Amino acid sequence: MIIELGHFALILALPVAVLQAGLGLAGAARGDWNAMAAARTAALAQFILIALAFATLVHAYVVSDFSVLNVAENSSLQKPLFYKLTSVWGNHEGSMVLWVLILSLYGAAVAWFGDAMPPRLCARVLGVKGLVAIGFLLFILFTSNPFLRLDPAPANGQGLNPILQDPGLAFHPPFLYLGYVGNAVAFAFAVAALIEGRVDATWARWVRPWTLASWCFLTVGIAMGSWWAYYTLGWGGWWFWDPVENASLMPWLAGTALIHSSIVVERRDTLKSWTVLLAILTFSLSLVGTFLVRSGVLTSVHAFALDPRRGVFILALLVVAIGGSLTLYAMRAPRLQPGGLFAPISREGALVLNNVVLAACCATVFIGTLYPLFLDAVGGPKLSVGYPFFDRTFVPLVIPLLLAVGIGPLLAWKRGDLLGALQRLWAAFAVAIVVVLIGLYVERGGPVLAVLGLGLAAWMAMAAAVEVADRVRLFRAPWPEVWRRAINQPRASYGMSLAHFGLAVTVAGISASAFQQQRIVMMHLGDQTQLAGYTLRFDGIGKHDGNNYTADVAEFTLLDGSRVIAHLAPQRRFFPLQQQTVSKTSIHTNLLADFYLALGDPDGKGGWAVRAYWKPLVPFIWIGGVIMAFGGAVSLSDRRWRVGVAARRAARAALPARGSGA
Amino acid sequence: MTWRRALYLLPLVGFVALAAYFFYGLSSGYNPELLPSALIDKPAPQFQLAGLNGAVPLTNQDFTGQVVFVNFFASWCAPCREESPILMDLARRNVIQLYGIAYKDKPADATKYLKEYGDPYRRVGVDETGRTAINFGVYGVPETYAIDRNGHIRWRFVGPLTPQAVQSQLMPLLKKLGAS
Repeated sequence: MIIELGHFALILALPVAVLQAGLGLAGAARGDWNAMAAARTAALAQFILIALAFATLVHAYVVSDFSVLNVAENSSLQKPLFYKLTSVWGNHEGSMVLWVLILSLYGAAVAWFGDAMPPRLCARVLGVKGLVAIGFLLFILFTSNPFLRLDPAPANGQGLNPILQDPGLAFHPPFLYLGYVGNAVAFAFAVAALIEGRVDATWARWVRPWTLASWCFLTVGIAMGSWWAYYTLGWGGWWFWDPVENASLMPWLAGTALIHSSIVVERRDTLKSWTVLLAILTFSLSLVGTFLVRSGVLTSVHAFALDPRRGVFILALLVVAIGGSLTLYAMRAPRLQPGGLFAPISREGALVLNNVVLAACCATVFIGTLYPLFLDAVGGPKLSVGYPFFDRTFVPLVIPLLLAVGIGPLLAWKRGDLLGALQRLWAAFAVAIVVVLIGLYVERGGPVLAVLGLGLAAWMAMAAAVEVADRVRLFRAPWPEVWRRAINQPRASYGMSLAHFGLAVTVAGISASAFQQQRIVMMHLGDQTQLAGYTLRFDGIGKHDGNNYTADVAEFTLLDGSRVIAHLAPQRRFFPLQQQTVSKTSIHTNLLADFYLALGDPDGKGGWAVRAYWKPLVPFIWIGGVIMAFGGAVSLSDRRWRVGVAARRAARAALPARGSGA
Repeated sequence: MTWRRALYLLPLVGFVALAAYFFYGLSSGYNPELLPSALIDKPAPQFQLAGLNGAVPLTNQDFTGQVVFVNFFASWCAPCREESPILMDLARRNVIQLYGIAYKDKPADATKYLKEYGDPYRRVGVDETGRTAINFGVYGVPETYAIDRNGHIRWRFVGPLTPQAVQSQLMPLLKKLGAS
């Protein structure tokens, strides 16, 4: 009964979305204040309805109601409660409900904070978001309904894919969706601005917090996903250029470009049509990613349910959403007046370079991901594009960008002084050179690109520090003055420095992975093996009975000479329900390097295949991601966005007047 | 002014072309699984697999200095049965050194399958998790790879081998790699 309630709530959300779209768009066009206010109420109502639907689905999972097909297919009685909860979104249908839930959450947030916004803009944004919601609700109700019943109900469910039973994976989809769907807000703002025919600094100021927030979530989501792949798949890799990973990387690259170009719109009132296009493209790439992952057009290790009917439906959604917004763009964008001019060497110039390179990177990933499809369509030879393609195209593109990350923030707006900026960066340059020289010395004839990468990381990290020091006039002004300046710096500028520093940390981690050492050996009890100066001893093997699996648990001791560093216990878990074996790696980290151990298959005669890796700096990859996201959050807490608070108070006071004017 | 307007149309034009490709991908019999390996002329991935029925583990070090063929198969795979007589013929004529990797298969099932349809392999490794297959870039079974004396992958064949493929691809390749 409860599940029907949820089903009904989701169905009811559809007409509410229609109302939200109609009232929002028509109300703004006619200047009907009541309709515009009603659109905001509709957005809130839509969130409540979808939250109710989601809650009933969660309930069905918690009580293991196997009369619901979706629960029977994806859960089982033996599963721990925590994974019962997370398997709500561990499948296609449930994850789509989470998708619309987050979409409506953002919608409700826009409606809630809408007092401070120009009412027409707010109504149009909500209208566009209503249109997106209609599309996705139809998609769920007609092709991916999680509320369908199963009669007769089975005694037990089929359980979740064992590889998904992991805390890292349990949490990363919600973050990714918060990122993807957050891009829908920027998209709605872009379309609203095109309808209105006006893009100005205020508009940019309204879009930016949403873009920043979704960028932070996406950064965390991608980092978590990559970390999960690292410790789960058991081969020490952390990025596979898999279509599913690329699908999350493309909106991230476009979103990164967007948060930079929207600064230019806000500060200098220029690059407008480009920024609007980026906002459209960022969300479009999120949609295309969804399409690729769920339609079966490209094969992937992570692929979700493959159903051609769904593919056609998502394609239709893409055509309406992306085709419609780009048509609007072609009609309206030429009318957007370009604003202030700037010299090529300037802060704007650096941000344009950033955008050009990020767009090129994004295009590279896009082409690499879809190349097999394109080539096949023109009757060319069958080809697959793997990591060699991305290594050769993506990496060279990124290098100039990483160089510019150091210089850009030191350039002035309008007309910058490159020489002056470089002079101020002498310290960063010196450190980078020293790092490269040390790297070359240690790894003579080794991977040059990796050493260069470490140098670039040092350059960016130092440049971020120099930039902060420069702003607070460290060593050039008396201490009280420095302190005062440090406190008065806008948080957004600290956020930027942090994010750039985080990027440096990630680049260092990625570069250093070229120095990893690995050993794949067959070991018997008591055997020892050497890796990277450490000794690994095989101490024992036992059985462990989990809730819904049985595991072989090996015990290893990691020694440095005769000193014990750590005890490692990698597992090989067998899930009888799905007849699947999953490796549970054991990692010893000191944050500077990981010692990574995975247990392979037994040879049946007391020998076990053991894969051991020593990975210097690898934790930096994800630590850097977290620092980047934290930088975004710091920037988000800037007082500048809270100007909106004051405006909202003023708007509240003015509300009766506005109401009577309708 | 008109060419400037045309510029703003570009994103839309690009998208329409893309949507057409997507539609093609959905509707035609486009099959992403028919792709040659990205690992051609690259070192074969490292692996160490338990041997079937307690045989010594199969590792890529066993291949050094020889031209070998590695065939991924499974007892549950119908095309593998179709391919089996061709592999058996090659084994009987002793023209190639063929090693088998049982992909996502239980050892007992694989053993039964080889008893029933014949065992053309010198040795068989068990890849229960399918990890080795992923490292090779296997899309599905059966798949056959040729590895040269230096341990580089030189050839990949997706799907069951046919007599034509043996004549037109495998034999010339053997001649080129200098194995007899």
